[in-house]
Amino acid sequence: MVIFYIEHENGSLKKNCYETAAYAAALAQQTQSQSVGICLGSVSAESLAALGEYGTNKVLQDTNARFDTEVDAGVLAKAVAAQAQQLNAQYVIIPHSYLGRALAPRVSVRLKAALVPAVVEMPDTEGKFLVKRGVFSGKGFAYCTAHTTVKVLTVAANAFPAIKTGTSVAEVQNFTAETTDTRVKRISVEKLSNKVSLTEADIVVSAGRGLKGPENWGMIEELADVLGAATACSRPVADTHWRPHHEHVGQTGVTVSPNLYIAIGISGAIQHLAGVNSSKVIVVINKDPEAPFFKAADYGVVGDAFEVVPKLITALKAYKAS
Amino acid sequence: MKILVCLSKVPDTTTKISFTDNNTKFNAQGVTWILNPTDEWYALVRALEIVEQQGGSVTVIHVGNAEGDQLIRKALAIGANDAVRIDVEPQDAFQAAANIAQYAAQQSYDLIMTGKETINYNGAIVGGIIAEILELPYVSLASSLDVNGSTATMKCEIEGGEETVEASLPLVVSANKGMAEQRIPNMRGIMTARTKPLSVIPAFANTQTQVEVVKFEAPPTRGNVHLVDPDNMDELVRLLHDEAKVI
Repeated sequence: MVIFYIEHENGSLKKNCYETAAYAAALAQQTQSQSVGICLGSVSAESLAALGEYGTNKVLQDTNARFDTEVDAGVLAKAVAAQAQQLNAQYVIIPHSYLGRALAPRVSVRLKAALVPAVVEMPDTEGKFLVKRGVFSGKGFAYCTAHTTVKVLTVAANAFPAIKTGTSVAEVQNFTAETTDTRVKRISVEKLSNKVSLTEADIVVSAGRGLKGPENWGMIEELADVLGAATACSRPVADTHWRPHHEHVGQTGVTVSPNLYIAIGISGAIQHLAGVNSSKVIVVINKDPEAPFFKAADYGVVGDAFEVVPKLITALKAYKAS
Repeated sequence: MKILVCLSKVPDTTTKISFTDNNTKFNAQGVTWILNPTDEWYALVRALEIVEQQGGSVTVIHVGNAEGDQLIRKALAIGANDAVRIDVEPQDAFQAAANIAQYAAQQSYDLIMTGKETINYNGAIVGGIIAEILELPYVSLASSLDVNGSTATMKCEIEGGEETVEASLPLVVSANKGMAEQRIPNMRGIMTARTKPLSVIPAFANTQTQVEVVKFEAPPTRGNVHLVDPDNMDELVRLLHDEAKVI
């Protein structure tokens, strides 16, 4: 049995949930098993049943609304681990999200299972278990084996495509999870309005010191808007507080792996490249033709950002309108 | 307030990563080892700030061989009161975390802090494992931490925003950018660090490795960059649509 954790927010499934479901389904198929989603909280049975399109066989749901705002990973881990034991699960799949990073280690300890974090491919399950994951902050990959029967894997964001495999409907069954008192309480949530989440974004528009000052970020925001992209920045920009620190992409900041990463006025220090290496396509706009970033780019534009970016925005608007 | 800060040893951020022995080992030749940045810059410094305000002590702990001693001395120079090194070179995050948890179980820390993740294995696992073994609450990726009596308040990064959470001590916290500002050790700190206690203890039982790296792989190299005329952004848009198929 392969079970996976269903992450949701305000009644909707999160993007990582589809990736996790697709990963679990592919693994279940590969091991001639079933994939079962565990949902804690209020999500409509309809949207859970629709996970069948991604290969999910069944979803077990505890509709108790207390889980909707539960931020104590210990409470969630207890419920997930109990289900894993009851279903005799061999694999537990959890997204490598903010919540997943708190949840997965706790589940693994409860199950005495090895945890392989941030996997980027399906494991080899014939013979010795082997799975690929990112290491050295994007500067390498490691193939890992695990010495326990039960294994917990977290799936890196944007690494495994959420592919619909059919039109099946997953069976949704209710259950009552074991619970404990919460020891971490959410006081408030501050969502950045209309912003695409950086770690989940398909497209990221990132800018560096070449922009000269925080007042010049208007065109970066506009470019991101046109593309439906998240905005990011280099470390010096975050350190000088031109942009909030959660936008800092790089080895000591956030690691991203979007389909498209557009770097504007960023020279491409090795620490920055480490954080963006796994992007599928990289576009670099820089007036210095010797900027090291060009060596790591797929497409390059040698030119002044203040001239190139407005032209790019115009071209994209024309393309979107056509 | 008794705080334990977990420190990992990692290759310097500018290290060019390569592998040896048929890609089965990390090539450590010529590598400069440093304290893991988020452990040092955020977890350690915030722990020191809290103790400076409220009294108490900061102990740093490292799981690894004697090579780590000079890095531990750096943490002592920055201001930690004493240090513990568990004398085993960990082969996976579980081994490191399980050793730290068993050590901490014999003490009574109000706070156990780690960095967000190490820059060599990027697992973000250690704090969660310690918390579950010790049955403590855990808050990961906190970008601020304030302690008032027996309650801690933290801001945490989440997808597309930030949340504020509250938890009671004892607590395990992983520190993210924003929690504190990096401190450079001064000469007085460096001098006093030499005489601060560093106890070396053997590994605990039941801390066997669970995950083993069988081989490494370098990331795929990109082809040559395709340069586009800065006056022809229509062409860039066309390439991104037709050739790269990303828009």
